[in-house]
Amino acid sequence: MDVMPKWAEVILVPLISLLLAAILSALVILAIGEDPVAAVKLMVTGALGSSYGWGYTLYYATNFMFTGLAVAVAFHARLFNIGGEGQAALGGLGVALACLYIPWPHWSLALVGAAIAAGLFGAAWAAIPAWLQAKRGSHIVITTIMFNFIAASLLNYVLVNMLRPKGAMDPASARFPEAVQLPTLHDLLAPLGIEFSKAAPANISLLVAIAACVVIWVLIWRTRLGYEIRSYGHSESAARYAGMPPNRIIMVTMLISGALAGMMAINNVMGEAERLVMNAVEGAGFIGIAVALMGRSHPFGVFIAAILFGFLYQGGAELALWTTIPRDLIVVIQALVILFTGALDNMVRMPLERVFLALRSAPKPGRKEG
Amino acid sequence: MDIYLTLIQLLDSTVRLATPLLLACLAGLYSERAGIFDIGLEGKMLAAAFFSAAIAAMTGSVWIGLLAGIAASLVLSAIHGIASITFRGNQLISGVAINFLAAGMTVLIAQAWFRQGGRTPSLIGKARFEPITLPFAEAVQDVPFIGPLYYELISGHSILVYVAFAAVPLTWWVLFRTRFGLRLRAVGENPAAVDTAGVSVVGLRFAAVAICGVLCGIAGAYLSTALQAGFVKDMAAGRGFIALAALIFAKWRPWHALYATLLFGLFGALETRPDVIEAVSGIKVQGQLLAALPYLMTVIILAGFVGKAIPPRAGGEPYVKER
Amino acid sequence: MTRDPAIELKGISKAFGPVHANKDISIRVMPGTIHGIIGENGAGKSTLMSILYGFYKADKGEIFLSGKKAHITDSQAAIAAGIGMVFQHFKLVENFTVLENVILGAEDGRLLKPSIAKARRSLLELAADYGLNVDPDALVQDIGVGMQQRVEILKALYRQADILILDEPTGVLTPAEADQLFRILNRLREEGKTIILITHKLREIMDITDTVSVMRQGEMTATVKTSETSPAELAELMVGRKVLLRVDKTPAKPGAVVLDITDLRVKDEKGVERLRGIDLQVRAGEILGIAGVAGNGQSELLEVLGGYANGTGTIAMNGEKIDLTGKSSNGQSRRARGIAHVPEDRQREGLIMDFHAWENVAFGYHNDPAYRSGVLMNNAAIREDTTDKMQRFDVRPPDPRLAAKNFSGGNQQKIVLAREIERNPDLLLIGQPTRGVDIGAIEFIHQQIVALRDKGKAVLLVSVELDEIMALSDRIAVMFDGQIMGERLPSETDEKELGLLMAGITDTYNEHSVDEVQDNLAHVHAPEKGA
Repeated sequence: MDVMPKWAEVILVPLISLLLAAILSALVILAIGEDPVAAVKLMVTGALGSSYGWGYTLYYATNFMFTGLAVAVAFHARLFNIGGEGQAALGGLGVALACLYIPWPHWSLALVGAAIAAGLFGAAWAAIPAWLQAKRGSHIVITTIMFNFIAASLLNYVLVNMLRPKGAMDPASARFPEAVQLPTLHDLLAPLGIEFSKAAPANISLLVAIAACVVIWVLIWRTRLGYEIRSYGHSESAARYAGMPPNRIIMVTMLISGALAGMMAINNVMGEAERLVMNAVEGAGFIGIAVALMGRSHPFGVFIAAILFGFLYQGGAELALWTTIPRDLIVVIQALVILFTGALDNMVRMPLERVFLALRSAPKPGRKEG
Repeated sequence: MDIYLTLIQLLDSTVRLATPLLLACLAGLYSERAGIFDIGLEGKMLAAAFFSAAIAAMTGSVWIGLLAGIAASLVLSAIHGIASITFRGNQLISGVAINFLAAGMTVLIAQAWFRQGGRTPSLIGKARFEPITLPFAEAVQDVPFIGPLYYELISGHSILVYVAFAAVPLTWWVLFRTRFGLRLRAVGENPAAVDTAGVSVVGLRFAAVAICGVLCGIAGAYLSTALQAGFVKDMAAGRGFIALAALIFAKWRPWHALYATLLFGLFGALETRPDVIEAVSGIKVQGQLLAALPYLMTVIILAGFVGKAIPPRAGGEPYVKER
Repeated sequence: MTRDPAIELKGISKAFGPVHANKDISIRVMPGTIHGIIGENGAGKSTLMSILYGFYKADKGEIFLSGKKAHITDSQAAIAAGIGMVFQHFKLVENFTVLENVILGAEDGRLLKPSIAKARRSLLELAADYGLNVDPDALVQDIGVGMQQRVEILKALYRQADILILDEPTGVLTPAEADQLFRILNRLREEGKTIILITHKLREIMDITDTVSVMRQGEMTATVKTSETSPAELAELMVGRKVLLRVDKTPAKPGAVVLDITDLRVKDEKGVERLRGIDLQVRAGEILGIAGVAGNGQSELLEVLGGYANGTGTIAMNGEKIDLTGKSSNGQSRRARGIAHVPEDRQREGLIMDFHAWENVAFGYHNDPAYRSGVLMNNAAIREDTTDKMQRFDVRPPDPRLAAKNFSGGNQQKIVLAREIERNPDLLLIGQPTRGVDIGAIEFIHQQIVALRDKGKAVLLVSVELDEIMALSDRIAVMFDGQIMGERLPSETDEKELGLLMAGITDTYNEHSVDEVQDNLAHVHAPEKGA
């Protein structure tokens, strides 16, 4: 029985959860002897006060849109994909191979090719846990965690033993050729007469990420596949009854999820580093969990949440630069957001429900419990 | 005798590396047997590692440090309990949050307290758990075969290693021979049966989560005050997840948990001694493969190719009274 | 001599969120009697008894036991006060032994050994006293439902319950098993125990109870002596108006064979054969009713026909074989063949409770070109179709944007029925059509099924309610342990004969003891859990 109106469920609950996370974060800053107000000011100026700051904020946000969508799509099928980190790492490998071994004539073709490679590699890395879940009933949460570690080992091996240029010391691939350099926001906005920081890494991948948000929205809410995914997520037994094969839905959903996580690599590997390094993902796969939870698995929510986390990331870097607050503060905030929006949401919902129950009169006829 | 000594050394480091895994694995066993999935073992260990090192460094007493570590781990357990038992939240998500909370907070506090880039000062003297020499160890040291075995492998570990190994039969006894164990297993299989029998589901589950916290606390303290001398950022290094893997590998049984963690400990020990593998098998094994081996094996076990691992039936599901 | 009532409830009220499950209920039960509580699904019977058992806390009201005010704050307090309850869905730990289940929560001391030894002795005594024989060392998951119910009763008796509450205890039993349960209850009554029997079956009330209370929509409408009432009166009290207890229908005019099943076999995931060579035919214009105790293969039969379980043998639909391997078939391809399916459990299978009514109306038919525009779904068209169907099936409220969970059981079933019947299928599979449905809706649903038959369509009806089978079917097949025990015409059989067939006894003209029935049932493999 719905006790609360839909707007309260969709907007009020996450907002209050977020507020609680923010208050606690402020207390943490206070506890380590810093001024939360000053910290927030510094973060805002650092992340949003200049086109340089925006450039970083949007760069991070691009990563988080991909990984957030990856988690969100899987959530719709009630699959918890914690493997975004590994899938994004493999996506990076795909991008590196595509950029290093195919002589692209132009960046636009390279972008398409690299995106496909990233998606394929990410999807392939998600495919094994998905297959194990579908066919063998192995819990996908555990297998995707395991695959993160296996990915790290695999990438370590490939970088050290295969992709590392001769004579180089650090485990990283060679630099990608000039031809595959992606245009940054500076390059894109200059023809429009808008001045944008040249040094910031935000690039055309942002537009790909935004397009992905739209495509995923259509997929989930307007296509038969999305309808099947949501059906399966709500009730596996009902999906079976309706003739929606669970195995296919698990596989397809996880392939899409893995591909999205993998495609993050066009931003961080191709757009920014322009070579494959160890630990290129830097936890973005995990932040996808927070982003999807905060965005309530809706692509629009993911978009907003990704930008918020982009802001936190860039703001956090600025904090670390100008104060003694380490960048790890962001990890704490991320943890609190996950905790309050994902695990403690009932703590917010239960009292709210009581409030709404008190506000409304006797139940309407015909709407009783089945 | 040289090969024998090498083997003893290898097993010795296996035991050292297996100890935190074993403690965390048993911690997870209590929690998951009671129906609360816990992927936050890693975070609890990490928090305990930091606080025991930090407090030991401040007070100069490793025992006070140990208590602080356990307390920190218990705080995280309480958060997990409140989220997943009281408010019936998603246990997996809560576990993820706890891992990040610990990862961030430890560095944040370490920086605020010590200003050494997220680490604690090195621990010396009474601020560390020292190896214990068992009775007669020195005396039998030179006896062939048995001497090195007793002196090197069995004797000479810190007290926490012996605690961990003693926890195995104790856990078995508690689970299968006591009233508490019966109820704990029941609540992980069918909480409604426990509830209608007049026993508090919430109480049992909190008890299990608390035991989990204590054991993770000891595991974390072992990392920073016995295995190493001080805390460094992210020092749990995935051990919580390996412990989780071992738990599945052991199919939620105490003695099998011991075998599984010893096996994974051996992989860890071999990782540092690639020369041994090469000498024994003649094959050059990549370190990365050894690092990935526990995870690969868990996936294979999970896939049910080598005996199916069936988790406690009510695991992961918050208990809601049926309507 | 006036005695204090064993149980007295005064002014009990309980609300779950906006739903008032119990409204100001008072009741008195004298010691050494069997008191029935009857009412439709959702009338609040189970809630009331769960309050007495301390499983829920009442919002208002008082409980008196033997004249003394009792504070039943939780199940522990209820057990201490001598109350035991056998829930509709058993509360047993499946991979524990019978003994472990019996002592759980009632152990003596911190160690298990003495408790187990003591319980073993007690079980022997109880078995001797009441005829409640169970293997104490068997795992609960390995024994039949009837046995599991015994374990539940033993649990209560082991805790020295003087008051025993049973919630719909016969739902999973054959008539013969039910008779034996009633004998046990009679024996307990003779011993001075007080029993409360919750049921929705009028016959059970008339057979065994001393007094009966009727509940309707959370309220207690009457409490009467059983000897001074009649089924018709009780039914009227339950529903609040006169009820037609029969279905009006003309004799069937069976046509060509629509569904032809030969030697159908289905294995479950453990490799146990759940259907063991089924042969059945359903003709156009007839309703074939499948009778049987729950868990004897009826669900598997519906699942394999509905396209989501695999089997061997042959099934021909309108003369054409259909795939049973699952390789080239699923629920979608069955629908394309003209098979519609109203599943047994609408909340788990037939509907997605969080989806809007309109999303549920497309469920299973989402590939229908009428619901599509290009590659996308045409949501507006689905909503329009839903409004239309809701009107014709009198779904209340007729709001396509309301989530399925916000409709009553009867209206949920009408949504499923509208979706399936409006497709004008050649064959309708329908399982437990009126489970959890209010009586008003039952009449409507039965009329729809008969109307479909009268249009010359085939109907395969599965129900565990013998009354429903007898009332609706043109032909009855009885299932036991994955086999068809026999076919009968409703006019040429009775409940007693069907009851024996349901227990796997085919020579129905001879006398059979309850033990024989029990023995037979014990051989049924791992029975299904409650819904």
